[in-house]
Amino acid sequence: MPCVSPDGKPTSSGTAVLKSLKEGALSPEEIANKTGQPLFRVRSGLRELKTAGFVEEAADKYELSTTGANVS
Amino acid sequence: MVEVQKEECILPVLGQTAPDFEAPTTQGNLRLSDYKGMWLILFSHPADFTPVCTTEFMAFSEMYEELKKRNTELLGLSVDSVSSHIAWIRNCEEKMGVKIPFPIIADLNKDVARKYGMIHPGQSKTETVRCVFIIDPESKIRAMLYYPLTTGRNMAEILRLIDALQTADKHKVATPANWMPGDPVVVPPPNTTEAAEERLKQGYDCKDWYLCKKKLPET
Repeated sequence: MPCVSPDGKPTSSGTAVLKSLKEGALSPEEIANKTGQPLFRVRSGLRELKTAGFVEEAADKYELSTTGANVS
Repeated sequence: MVEVQKEECILPVLGQTAPDFEAPTTQGNLRLSDYKGMWLILFSHPADFTPVCTTEFMAFSEMYEELKKRNTELLGLSVDSVSSHIAWIRNCEEKMGVKIPFPIIADLNKDVARKYGMIHPGQSKTETVRCVFIIDPESKIRAMLYYPLTTGRNMAEILRLIDALQTADKHKVATPANWMPGDPVVVPPPNTTEAAEERLKQGYDCKDWYLCKKKLPET
């Protein structure tokens, strides 16, 4: 998985995405620009991070959940 | 006489919306929609750890930076597992010194292969043939190439095809035989007698009213 390991912890790519959200909600395109990760991987990774409870989606943007804020 | 068993092979057609999928890859689960807004080259190969495929993967990897400049991503596919793909990628890096930067779909259940008509029973009942689908930012299939198992693909032609499609879209033109970036392009032919009459007075390089070329401004 690109953003969440099978043990449920964020990978280095996942941690980079979570860190990019520390200052507030961002769109996938903004996250890709900030992290330098390809947009297709950011979109896929955000799905995983959302399923794992690290991020929440609102109005096409993503923000850290309480769990995500604690690990980033 | 050889009895040919009838097997279903549905081929997509140019201009249709590319069949959607969600599939495990070497870079996580990916959906076609993850590539929205960019060009995608979806390509299949028969099997990991085979010689022609290995040469192709090295060549695709060498082309990757050029593709990125063209807002184009690569996505490979075979019916091997993610573990097999990972082992092969590691082998390519270790033995050939080439890092494979793009994801590869592990299509074990042949779900994606069937949607894209990648299995041709006349070639192999189990392996995917060498397909290339060029999918545009709106998820439309814009070009398809099918190569047999024996023949490796020509990366320069794939790159040329991307350049030709992007040029056609940007400038509303067509590209003639053997066109390369920088060459004159074909002006779409007139579709009325009035426009045909006017065409020859428009300053294009015309052989006749229906075959006119022009140079594009340098970018």
